Amino acid sequence: MRIELERRPDVSKLFSILSPFIALGLTLVFGGIMFMILGKDPLAALYSFFVEPLTEVWSLHELAIKAAPLILIAVGLSVCYCSNNWNIGAEGQFIMGAIAGSILPVVFYEWQSPLVLPLMMLLGMLGGALFAGIPAFLKAHLNTNEILTSLMLVYVAQLFLDWLVRGPWRNPGGMNFPETRTFDATAILPEMIASGRAHWGFAFAIIAAVLIWFMMRYTLKGFEITVLGQSERAGRFAGFSSRKMIWFSMLLSGALAGLAGIAEVSGAIQQLRPVISPGYGFTAIIVAFLGRLNPLGIVVAGLVLALTYLGGEAVQVSLQISDKPIRVFQGLLLFFVLSCDTLIHYKIRMMWYDLSDTASEGAR
Amino acid sequence: MKKILFALATTAAVIGFSAAASAADKAKICFVYVGSKTDGGWTQAHDIGRLELEKALADKIETQFLENVPEGPDAERAIERLARSGCGLIFTTSFGFMDATVKVAAKFPDVKFEHATGYKTAPNLATYNSRFYEGRYIQGQIAAKISQKGVAGYIASFPIPEVVMGINSFVTGARSINPDFKIKVVWANTWFDPGKEADAAKALIDQGVDVLTQHTDTTAPMQVAAERGIKAFGQASDMIKAGPETQLTAIVDTWGAYYIKRTQAFIDGKWETTSSWDGLKDGILTMAPYTNMPDDVKAMAEATQKKIESGELKPFTGPLKKQDGSEWLAAGVSSDDGTLLGMNFYVEGVDDKLPQ
Repeated sequence: MRIELERRPDVSKLFSILSPFIALGLTLVFGGIMFMILGKDPLAALYSFFVEPLTEVWSLHELAIKAAPLILIAVGLSVCYCSNNWNIGAEGQFIMGAIAGSILPVVFYEWQSPLVLPLMMLLGMLGGALFAGIPAFLKAHLNTNEILTSLMLVYVAQLFLDWLVRGPWRNPGGMNFPETRTFDATAILPEMIASGRAHWGFAFAIIAAVLIWFMMRYTLKGFEITVLGQSERAGRFAGFSSRKMIWFSMLLSGALAGLAGIAEVSGAIQQLRPVISPGYGFTAIIVAFLGRLNPLGIVVAGLVLALTYLGGEAVQVSLQISDKPIRVFQGLLLFFVLSCDTLIHYKIRMMWYDLSDTASEGAR
Repeated sequence: MKKILFALATTAAVIGFSAAASAADKAKICFVYVGSKTDGGWTQAHDIGRLELEKALADKIETQFLENVPEGPDAERAIERLARSGCGLIFTTSFGFMDATVKVAAKFPDVKFEHATGYKTAPNLATYNSRFYEGRYIQGQIAAKISQKGVAGYIASFPIPEVVMGINSFVTGARSINPDFKIKVVWANTWFDPGKEADAAKALIDQGVDVLTQHTDTTAPMQVAAERGIKAFGQASDMIKAGPETQLTAIVDTWGAYYIKRTQAFIDGKWETTSSWDGLKDGILTMAPYTNMPDDVKAMAEATQKKIESGELKPFTGPLKKQDGSEWLAAGVSSDDGTLLGMNFYVEGVDDKLPQ
């Protein structure tokens, strides 16, 4: 037996819009059942998960901090994915951006000026873009598979950062622990408003999302991206170069991931450590698809995913349960969102084979 | 929809009330874990301490924890959440939580914080650590007696002072018995990775070591040692089940007594900022039973343990030379704690180059 997904000829507009809500409803029902089996009040659990983090100002700030890198990276990735370039290495570009941007506060720590921050951000974008340039070059000129190369480069970036903070960049006053000196006040991305920790990284994310949305929707470049993504051949007839598109999309997403990296380090961590990201670059791939590769959808998706992390902690604290059921619950949410989307666009067809058929097929 | 909202609101109110009621009766003591509380090593040892605390002061306190909290900005949020949820005393149990704890402590002057293995304190932030190296000195002595070849294998995690200190203590102990004793080190660059740790163990055994010790958290090296028929030491928890005929002894972290002592002080209003670095004598670490060794070795190990507990023996006492042959400590001089806490050099007898 084989199961096949078959594209539906006419996709229901209504259900396309309703899909995320259906998914949320299903998650609530099944999540509630899970909490009930665990002997916890499902309503209390769901309240802590979805509502409690939104009721306090400090926790809204935390939401913005957590969502900012996810949105920034995912917006860049959406351009890549729309143009059929599969950059899986945003995590590495995030790290390289953070490293490049940290050159100023770590190596030239004595230089204090209002220029430091803008330069750090630019260096961060440059670092991320250059690092994404490697798989771009390999794909555009040597025809390698960018999924593999970009993914493998993540490990290179992680180990490079690890070496830096244990070796040349180690804080001379840090008791030999693996971390760089803490950034000077002039190198710290300031908080947006006085009521909490959220820094300007969130503003960058929103601005980037709006700009990319505008580009995709109203400019020739956006059209080029979509055409080349859907059919490279058609793009060639229109005079678009897929090689240039590889460079453009990879460099753009690399730059945005790099900006996310330096914003995170400068705004939230304020020094380099062996590990600076809990997998933002990979989670952002989920965010990009949850947001259906639409920059504005990605803003919402990034906030929702960030909420599941905050809510997960809130449930742990208020109900005294381990973090494992929370992970399952996050998984449920993603599973239902993606499967609802899939089933609205595709229908399932069961293909029944005669067993002898399969056997003869194998013999061939 | 209205019904659901109403239900949510009432639940919220009920939760709110019950929280307020219990807060008035009992102090809330909270823990932040870097790993899973059933990891079989570091975090589990802390969680056992938490359960002991809960048992000892059941009528006065309640405990709460967050597990698998990543180090970095997530840690700051997790600690802040606990501080806001009414915790009076918060233990953050990983070195990587240091700066996050410092930041949250500055924001919540009325909440007390204790950070494990760090070095930054504040009026409401204390630190605590355990002199694991005392146990490693005993292990070194046992290794020197047991080993036929005079070479031990050491599976290390990260080249931070804590780990370097352990390596040096092990070698110093071993060379107090056999002055030619050497150790080979493999850096696994992880605290918890059974595959990598097992590979490191195999590599070391292939290089000819015939006794194995580890500063990583899983029982994988112990299992490899058991397969290859050599002896080994356990780490953080008693690993005798992984090698009933292999484990010589293990360093067992026992945080419970410390947690009870500090919580009692907190309840009594006598909590003060301290930088506690307790050792064998305080019971913050204990040695798993000495087994799989001849009686005279066991007797020697027990005698050394007694001497360390009484303060008669300090593991880092001269004459001691650094790896390059230069003098570190003159005869009879013991190292100060500051040097140990920032240790970034090997002593003589380590067959490895310290990653810098």
